[in-house]
Amino acid sequence: MHDFHVGIEHITRVEGHGNIIIDVKEGKIRELRMDIVESPRFFEAMALGRSYKEVAHITSRICGICAVTHTTTSIKAIEAALGFEPSAQTIRLRKLLLNAEFIQSHILHVYFLTAPDFFRVGSVFGMVKDNKEVVLRGMRIKTIANELCALVGGRHIHPITLKIGCFSKNPESKDLAAFKKRIEDLWPDIEETVKFFKGLKTPEFERETEYISLTNPEEYALYDGNIKSSDNGEIEPSDYLDTVKEFMVTHSTSKHARSNRDSYMVGALARFNNNCDQLHPKAKEVAEELGLKPPCYNSYMNNVAQVVETVHCFEDSIRLIDDLISGDLKDEKIELIPKTGHGVGATEAPRGTLYHEHKIDDNGKITYANYIIPTGQNLSNIENDLRTLVPNILDQPKDDIILNIEMLVRAYDPCISCATHLMKVKFINE
Amino acid sequence: MTKPRVAFFSFSSCEGCQLVVLTIEEQLLELVNLIDIVSFREAMSEKSEDYDIAFVEGSITRTSEIESIKKIRDTAGIIIALGACATIGGVNCLKNQFEMEKVQDIVYGKMASNYDTIPARPIESVIKVDYWIQGCPIDKDEFIEVTKAILLGKKPRIPDYPVCVECQMRENVCLFEKGMVCMGPVTRAGCKAICPTYNDGCTGCRGLIDDPNLSSHKNLLNERGLTVDEAISQYMLFGGNSKEKYE
Repeated sequence: MHDFHVGIEHITRVEGHGNIIIDVKEGKIRELRMDIVESPRFFEAMALGRSYKEVAHITSRICGICAVTHTTTSIKAIEAALGFEPSAQTIRLRKLLLNAEFIQSHILHVYFLTAPDFFRVGSVFGMVKDNKEVVLRGMRIKTIANELCALVGGRHIHPITLKIGCFSKNPESKDLAAFKKRIEDLWPDIEETVKFFKGLKTPEFERETEYISLTNPEEYALYDGNIKSSDNGEIEPSDYLDTVKEFMVTHSTSKHARSNRDSYMVGALARFNNNCDQLHPKAKEVAEELGLKPPCYNSYMNNVAQVVETVHCFEDSIRLIDDLISGDLKDEKIELIPKTGHGVGATEAPRGTLYHEHKIDDNGKITYANYIIPTGQNLSNIENDLRTLVPNILDQPKDDIILNIEMLVRAYDPCISCATHLMKVKFINE
Repeated sequence: MTKPRVAFFSFSSCEGCQLVVLTIEEQLLELVNLIDIVSFREAMSEKSEDYDIAFVEGSITRTSEIESIKKIRDTAGIIIALGACATIGGVNCLKNQFEMEKVQDIVYGKMASNYDTIPARPIESVIKVDYWIQGCPIDKDEFIEVTKAILLGKKPRIPDYPVCVECQMRENVCLFEKGMVCMGPVTRAGCKAICPTYNDGCTGCRGLIDDPNLSSHKNLLNERGLTVDEAISQYMLFGGNSKEKYE
């Protein structure tokens, strides 16, 4: 097919509203863009004038899927502004909560949003008839992750207990110990998950790009670390604007970003490429089993990297629970005195590196806020991937072309509410 | 009997309430036996313009959304507002304290005019709403109860008593006694007092009860050191659509 025009309006099975416009004439791309049509929500304005204590309540509402990461990152920015370091216990509880959010988000994506493509059905509901056991397995894993979020955070969507300095309420040691047993008992489901994804054929594709993630000498960086670019090496989180250069395009209510090149990738594959040596040995085994080797330049493999990270997060959760229950959990009560300050928080969200920056005044009121969202950082890279992909698949039937395009976009697990907030497909024959 | 056709829509929101619907998991599969979900962009590719019941998440923050929500009203027999953004405006209304030009300028600078925005409002500011499921996010048990009632043709039972009632039933120590601030006395119950149970003050995400004693509650807040403006600011966190209600 040398000429085609594709307009994908409101990409489905992604979080939020976006469209894809591709116009090909005589085998050459005349136009290719991903329109982000989600209503902008103006969080940087909403936070102004609010108390430093409540700003994490507000920023949690940027995203229902990664509310834990937004809350955590906002809190870290405030703590940085006030020069406060939380206790080892608080950091362990935050990491445990973050692991649980990664698992629920990755499982939601790989089982419920991505897997239907491989069965050529429109949704997970379409999988129930012939593949009910697959659906139920995904649900069992996701339920455990949701419940772990609730145990530590009070609830998963918009967590309650995460506070500046400490947790408002600690989980009971006996409940944590019981959870460790539940995770260990879940292992057959994890093994089946690996077998299931081994059986799915990931489309072939390759385009090398710049990969950016946090990195930490101590561990596979999710909670904390320096910013690492595969092109330029490491910088401190407070210098994030040296790496993340946001810019606006008229076809998107979400800002785009570039760094060393005209686009870069964040998320599970970027983290894997930058830091895979630090994965838990079981996660490394799964990566090998699923054919994921660094450096991997196939963006579709982001799904596989998510499965690998799921295994890592389960193992890391067991380790954290062991550490937490080895002594008594202490009730901490920390009240920070507000003072003029400026701080940046950087955390890995399931979809990539998230930055929150806050300035506060002597009364603890927010005077400046900036939030940089993973999906916004990926948008230019998605468009660049599509520019490489489309000319190579023009000989395929229309439906296959569309499926390949949608699967590539979906592999990034875009979260467009976050990025402000993608898909319906229609061919217009010229 | 033909199954009712159900659609989910989202306007300005984090889509967390629809995510709560997806977390009802095994019960969701049972629910799918009783209804036809014909549109649910976050979870499925199929899409239909023909539906009986619409669940709507999010608040209205753009001119184009006004037309879209009216179209949904013209199609659906029953509309249920899902979560704080749709029912009371939610955190989106925090931007309403500024002129919209300023809000656009803060986020988008010199390209501000490309990004249309109007003061955020709950959906009933634009259309008639039949039922409300409150909260940020919604409570999954309440979602199931309300949905069951609607499918059975009954009026859903929505609590008209404050969070304090549920908090006492859970035998929590009152947060005011701990010197903390809480919106529980004036906020509609149905969340099982989840925030106070985790030792955090209620933030009023479920909106006011029908007849709240605001003056007495403001006195309580005042005793905990909040000025009148700070008290009003607390009500505005999720319910910022109607400042005059709190003064």
